[in-house]
Amino acid sequence: MSTIDNSRRNFIKTAGTLAIGTTLPISLVELAFAESSQNFTFAYISDAHIQHIKDNRFVRNWDRGLIRAVAETNLLTPKPDFVMFGGDLAQLGSKPELDHGAEILSALHGNVHYVMGEHDYYLDLGEYWEKLFGPQYYSFDHKGVHFVVLNSIKTYDDWTFKRWPTAEQRMLEMAGLDNPNGSPFMVGEEQRVWLKDDLDKIDKDTPVVVFSHSPLQKIYKGWNFWTEDADQVQALLQPFSKVSVIYGHVHQIQYNQIGNISFNSVMATAWPWPYPQAYAQAEQYLPKLTVPMNRADPFFDRDATGWQFINMANGNLDLNYTLYNNTSRIVRYNTDKKRPEDVAYQDEKARIVPQTHY
Amino acid sequence: MRYALLPVLVLATLFAQKQADTKPLAEPAAVNPQSVPDKNNLLGLPPLPIPANNPQTPDKIALGDKLFHDKRFSVDGTVSCSKCHDDKQAFTDGLPVSVGHHGLTGTRNAPTVLNAAFNQSQFWDGREPDLEGQAKQPLINPVEHGLADHKQVLEIIRTDPDYLATFQSVFDVSAKKLTIDHVAKAIASFERTLVAGNSPFDRYYFNGKTDAMTDAQIRGFELFVGQGRCVSCHTIEQDHALFTDNRFHNIGVGINQIQQDIPRLTQAFLEAKNKGGQVDTMVLTDKKASELGRFAVTDELSQIGAFKTPTLRNVELTAPYMHDGSLKTLKEVMVHYNNGGVNKADERVNDFLSGGIRPLNLTDPQLNDLVAFMKALTSAWSGSRYANPIPTQAAN
Repeated sequence: MSTIDNSRRNFIKTAGTLAIGTTLPISLVELAFAESSQNFTFAYISDAHIQHIKDNRFVRNWDRGLIRAVAETNLLTPKPDFVMFGGDLAQLGSKPELDHGAEILSALHGNVHYVMGEHDYYLDLGEYWEKLFGPQYYSFDHKGVHFVVLNSIKTYDDWTFKRWPTAEQRMLEMAGLDNPNGSPFMVGEEQRVWLKDDLDKIDKDTPVVVFSHSPLQKIYKGWNFWTEDADQVQALLQPFSKVSVIYGHVHQIQYNQIGNISFNSVMATAWPWPYPQAYAQAEQYLPKLTVPMNRADPFFDRDATGWQFINMANGNLDLNYTLYNNTSRIVRYNTDKKRPEDVAYQDEKARIVPQTHY
Repeated sequence: MRYALLPVLVLATLFAQKQADTKPLAEPAAVNPQSVPDKNNLLGLPPLPIPANNPQTPDKIALGDKLFHDKRFSVDGTVSCSKCHDDKQAFTDGLPVSVGHHGLTGTRNAPTVLNAAFNQSQFWDGREPDLEGQAKQPLINPVEHGLADHKQVLEIIRTDPDYLATFQSVFDVSAKKLTIDHVAKAIASFERTLVAGNSPFDRYYFNGKTDAMTDAQIRGFELFVGQGRCVSCHTIEQDHALFTDNRFHNIGVGINQIQQDIPRLTQAFLEAKNKGGQVDTMVLTDKKASELGRFAVTDELSQIGAFKTPTLRNVELTAPYMHDGSLKTLKEVMVHYNNGGVNKADERVNDFLSGGIRPLNLTDPQLNDLVAFMKALTSAWSGSRYANPIPTQAAN
């Protein structure tokens, strides 16, 4: 009976809360803001890459990934205050893809905020996306935290408007990795001016959380793990005492700290990218890779994908990753070291041993 | 010099790959046909894991055998372990879900004890790690043996001088010091004798007997490791095959019928567990809670509706199938997988379906071949009293 007794004992520890396995350990909640009513969580689903085949057919694998993440998010206890979708809902930005994705997301309970991804954008420059989900960049306040959503996947006007004979080709060129015809992502001047304005009204002690699709830091240009004007955006954020940036796009877990800014990535529901370390060039600064992503098992379509819920505690973020066929991971802000850390894998000895089977 | 060698190595590798590519996957492993005698009942099985704290002894095995078949360990004197794990039915009961005391039914299909000794966890949801842990639960489950607690088991033993003498000699334990763990160890030791290898498949694959399987079975085997993707979970290793990855997967059985209830069920289940509810009681007395599967044990959202991959050895003899016994024939099982985790092609796929399950596009004759291959996994089992001389299909 040992297994049963243990699980029951664990539950008694959290008596009073109905914690579903991957939800918050009660201690986290208690640690948060002095005013405990100000603690909250939100869920984050990203990079679904819904792909149209033809007629009413869509790629089943990407559909199932998003459907599963939505269903599981709906089971979270306590309920998240809102859900973020981190961009790349579509694969090639078409109406059928965005419609189909929006329909799957419509099953989510509660408020959803959306971030623009390049796969949503480069067909019609976000026109249809705006009709479905609203403005491409905006801010909102929630329980004392200022949230900003940026469209970080824009690029040089010359590339966007003058280079390509058709919108379809423009979309395809931007969808490729290591594509010499590609172009680096950027937030752009219009949004930077808006952001400065937006942030000017905010007290410097207010926690700020920025959602973007691309990393607002420079990791690897060839895959657009990159934002060309990241430094300028970071400069606008540095004056705040607690700033977090959450980005999608990279389909893997990354975290980093630059000055006051904590960076966290979120997982994709569609497929994993390997870490592009092998492609790194001398001038690039990779965030510390604490645990290598094992190669995804091609049999288990959901392997190395996932979604996350995020605990907002003391104005910092704890990201709780639900990873199918893999152990769940938590990247938590370490208040002593003042940077995000994977709670399990900081110690070199604690890292996952590389897979040797097969 | 190292670089000079490189092209040679690359060529050699390419050549090796080419060779490997041309060899059909389903061909028997290269084993000297003379090296393993056909009489080896363990052919195709890995070494039997035996816990250090529970070594096998003939007396202990005999004691376990007696306990396993003793109906007195139940509230109405009708339920022994062998009621649902019947020696004459390949240690299952042939029912969709098992029947306990006073005709009460549970929610799950009795898995065979044959080769259970190799399982890395026990029960359909893996809630016990070993046979010893498993043996203790049904005794006090309200719809199985129905005893109030393990003390009642010990009280029954204490009324039987034969048992007391045997426990004394096997475990060197007095009536007073006797615990349920001694009982469980004896039962587990007996169960560890119920192992069965040397099926037509084993002789074909591990012993190089190309005539051990029929043509349909060979075609089925090719599908099993190929287009059917079965082998990804029902694993075959180089020198043995247990046909299970010992993991838990949502394959769309049971869960499909309760999809609308999942938010309420998960919440209610955790609430009950939080108040001290026992997992085994909750999942065996409530059909809907049962369908939560591995989630009930781990509380992990990613395990909703997931059940353990069972071995396929002797699957021909253990109908009906799946954790809830909802599929009557092996053909129905193949159709379910071929549809990508639904019984009928137009049924709604459940949101929590495991990633490996997808439509397979197999034809009806292919499904029949897969069923034929399942029947190549039937074998006799050892254990003196229960040795079962099943006639093998392909004479050799």
